[in-house]
Amino acid sequence: MSTALHNLVNQPYKHGFVTDIETEVVQKGLSEDVIRLISKKKNEPEWLLEFRLSAYRHWLTMEEPSWASVTYPKIDFQEIIYFAQPKPKKQLASMDEVDPELRRTFEKLGVPLHEQKMMAGVAVDVIFDSVSVTTTYKAKLAEVGIIFCSFSEAVHEHPELVKQYLGSVVPAGDNFYAALNSAVFTDGSFCYIPKGTKCPMDLSTYFRINTEGSGQFERTLIIAEEGSSVCYLEGCTAPQFDTNQLHAAVVELVALDNADIKYSTVQNWYAGDENGKGGIFNFVTKRGLCKGVNSKISWTQVETGSAITWKYPSCVLLGDNSIGEFYSVALTNHLQQADTGTKMIHVGKNTRSKIISKGISAGRSSNSYRGLVKIGSRATGARNYSQCDSMLLGDRCMANTFPTIDVQNTTATIEHEASTSKIGEDQMFFFAQRGIGSEEAVSMIINGFCKDVFVHLPMEFAVEATKLLGLKLEGSVG
Amino acid sequence: MLEVKNLMAEVGGVKILKGVDLIVRSGEVHAIMGINGSGKSTFSKVLAGHPDYTVTGGTATFEGKDLFALTPEERARTGLFLAFQYPVEIPGVSNSALLRLAYNTLQSERGLEELDPLEFEDLVLEKIKVVEMDANFLSRSVNEGFSGGEKKRNEILQMAVLEPKLAILDETDSGLDIDALRIVANGVNSLLTADNAVVMVTHYQRLLNYIVPDYVHVMDGGRIVRTGGKELALELEARGYDWLRAAA
Repeated sequence: MSTALHNLVNQPYKHGFVTDIETEVVQKGLSEDVIRLISKKKNEPEWLLEFRLSAYRHWLTMEEPSWASVTYPKIDFQEIIYFAQPKPKKQLASMDEVDPELRRTFEKLGVPLHEQKMMAGVAVDVIFDSVSVTTTYKAKLAEVGIIFCSFSEAVHEHPELVKQYLGSVVPAGDNFYAALNSAVFTDGSFCYIPKGTKCPMDLSTYFRINTEGSGQFERTLIIAEEGSSVCYLEGCTAPQFDTNQLHAAVVELVALDNADIKYSTVQNWYAGDENGKGGIFNFVTKRGLCKGVNSKISWTQVETGSAITWKYPSCVLLGDNSIGEFYSVALTNHLQQADTGTKMIHVGKNTRSKIISKGISAGRSSNSYRGLVKIGSRATGARNYSQCDSMLLGDRCMANTFPTIDVQNTTATIEHEASTSKIGEDQMFFFAQRGIGSEEAVSMIINGFCKDVFVHLPMEFAVEATKLLGLKLEGSVG
Repeated sequence: MLEVKNLMAEVGGVKILKGVDLIVRSGEVHAIMGINGSGKSTFSKVLAGHPDYTVTGGTATFEGKDLFALTPEERARTGLFLAFQYPVEIPGVSNSALLRLAYNTLQSERGLEELDPLEFEDLVLEKIKVVEMDANFLSRSVNEGFSGGEKKRNEILQMAVLEPKLAILDETDSGLDIDALRIVANGVNSLLTADNAVVMVTHYQRLLNYIVPDYVHVMDGGRIVRTGGKELALELEARGYDWLRAAA
C-alpha cells in the first residue's frame, strides 16, 4: 500500500524512557540458590519456597514450546536477571513516601499514584520491575472486606488464601513458562472479593519493567467468592532497550457460585524498533476457572506491544451454566509477532462461551489467532460462538487463524465464523472523496473493525485503546 | 465552474479517455450517456482523483483551481462530490459518525464552526428527509447490509449533508426500482440551486425523466461525440447508440 499507510506505522514508542533509580538486583542466571535467595529476600514461608523449588525442578525437565507461529533466537535463561527491585529507602508508611523518581515515572506514564488525585476512583497496584510499589485505596476497599494488595503482602497477611488458590488454576508444571514463573515469580497483585460483594471500584495493576536485562515474572491471583463481582484492569509498558526482555506472567482467576470477573488488559510493552531490534518477549499464561454454578469470567485484551506475544487467556467452565468470554484486539506492526487466542474448556452442563478476535497486521508483522474450544463429555447443552477476523494493512504482513474444535458431547452447539480483509483502496478513496484524510480514514476503519471488542472495555481503557491503535498505525496508510 | 479540455487518461497502461471536452456552469444539469466501456465512469473517477487512473493529457479547472494539482481530499473539500456507482461498506463505522466527520472537515476547511454530535443530529435528521430514509439508518454501519437502493439513497444523503458545488452521479440510477429511482431523483432535484451543478453519468434515459438535464452528452471511444438538449436522450432511447457510433 502507499506511503500514507507506511507513515502511519512509524510512530515512535512513547514509554521508552528509563528511570534512573538505584536498583537492587540478584546476579543473573537461575539456580536453586537464586530461588532460595529470592524467597529469603521476600521473607517467605517454607511452603512457598517448596512450591518454587518443585516448579523449578519440573521446569528443568521441560522443553521450550515451539508450536507457536513465532520465531526468535533461543533464550539463554542464564543471562536473565530474575530479581530487580528499586532500593527501598525505608518501609513505606504512605503514598507520599514513594521515591519521587518513581512517582515521576508513573506520572509520565499517566498512572496516578496519589489517591486524592486519582480520577474516577480506580484502585491501582503498581509493579515496578519485580516488586509492587504501592497499592492505592487499600483502606477504603478493606471496609467492605475486599483485599487488594501486592502478592508478597498477601503471602504474609493472608497465607491461607494464597496457599489454597495458588496454582489451583494454572498448576506449577502447566507449561514451560508457567513453571518458570512459579519458580521465580517476584510479585504481582492479589485480590479477594468476599461473598456477595460487588467491588465498588475498578481495580487496576500497572506493570513496568525498568532494569535492562531483567525479566518480569509476576503473578496475579483473583478470587471472587459466591455472588461477588469485580472489574479488573491491567496496563503495561517498558523502556526501550536494544536487548530483548522476557516477561512471563501467570494470572489465575477463580469465580465461585454466581460470581463474575471481568479482566481487561491494554498491553503496550516495548515492541522493538522498526527493524525488530529489542522489545519484550511476552510469554504469558492467563486462565480463569469458573468453579461455581452460574459464574462468569470475561477476558478483554488489547495487545499492541511486545516483540513476541504468546498468550491465550482461557476459561475452564466447570460450574453448570457458567459463562466464558474472550474479546481480543491484537495489532502487530514492523517485525512484531503475535500468537494469541484463547481456550474455552466446557466441563459443566449448559456452559456457554463466546470468542471475538480481531487481528490487525501491518508492516512485516505476523499475527496469528490460535484457539481451542473443547466440549467435554459431560457438558450437555454447551454452546460456543467464535468469530475471528483479520485485517491486513499492506502486502508484506501475515495473518493466520488456527482454530481447534474438540467436541465430545453431541448436544453441543458450536458456531465459528472467520474473515480476512484488507483496507481496500476503494474504502480509502471513498473517505478521500468525502474530504477525509488518510490517517483519519484508517483510524476510523480500524476502530470500526474493533468495535465489537472495544464496547467491552471500561470507558477510560476504550479511549486509551482507540488512541493507541491510532498511534501505532500512524503513517502506515496512504 | 468546471472546464475540462482535451482530457486524456489511462488505467493500467490502457488509454480510456482520448480527449474529453466539457464545460459545466453553475445551475446546470448535464447528463453523460454512452454504452459500457465508452469511458463515462472513468471520466467521473478521473475528475475525483481515483489513484488507479493516470491523467496523460489535457487540463481541468474547477472553481478556478487546477483540478489535477489537487489531492482527492482537496478536490472534495473544494466542493467536488462523487456519488459512487458501487458504494463501499465500512463495517463498524456508523453512518452518522462518518457524515459528521466529513461535514466537520468541510466546515473547518470553510472556516465555519464544527458541530458537536447533538447539533449535528438536528442537521442530519432534517437532511435525511430528502431521501426518505428512516433515522435508524444513521446508527447503522455505513452501507453494511443495505440494499442496492438504500446504498444509493445513502450516497444522496451524503450529498445533502455536504452540499457540494458539483455533484457527479456515477450510474446512481442503476439497480434502482421505480420507487427508489423517484426518491433519489426527488432528492437530487431538491438539492439543485443556482449555485451548484450536477453531472449524471447513466446508461438509461429513464433517470432523465425525473432529473431533467440542460445538456445531454454522448460518450463513445473515450470522447464526447455528440452534445444536445434533453431531446437527444429520447432519440437515443428510440434509436440506440449505433447510429451515433457510425457517425463518429
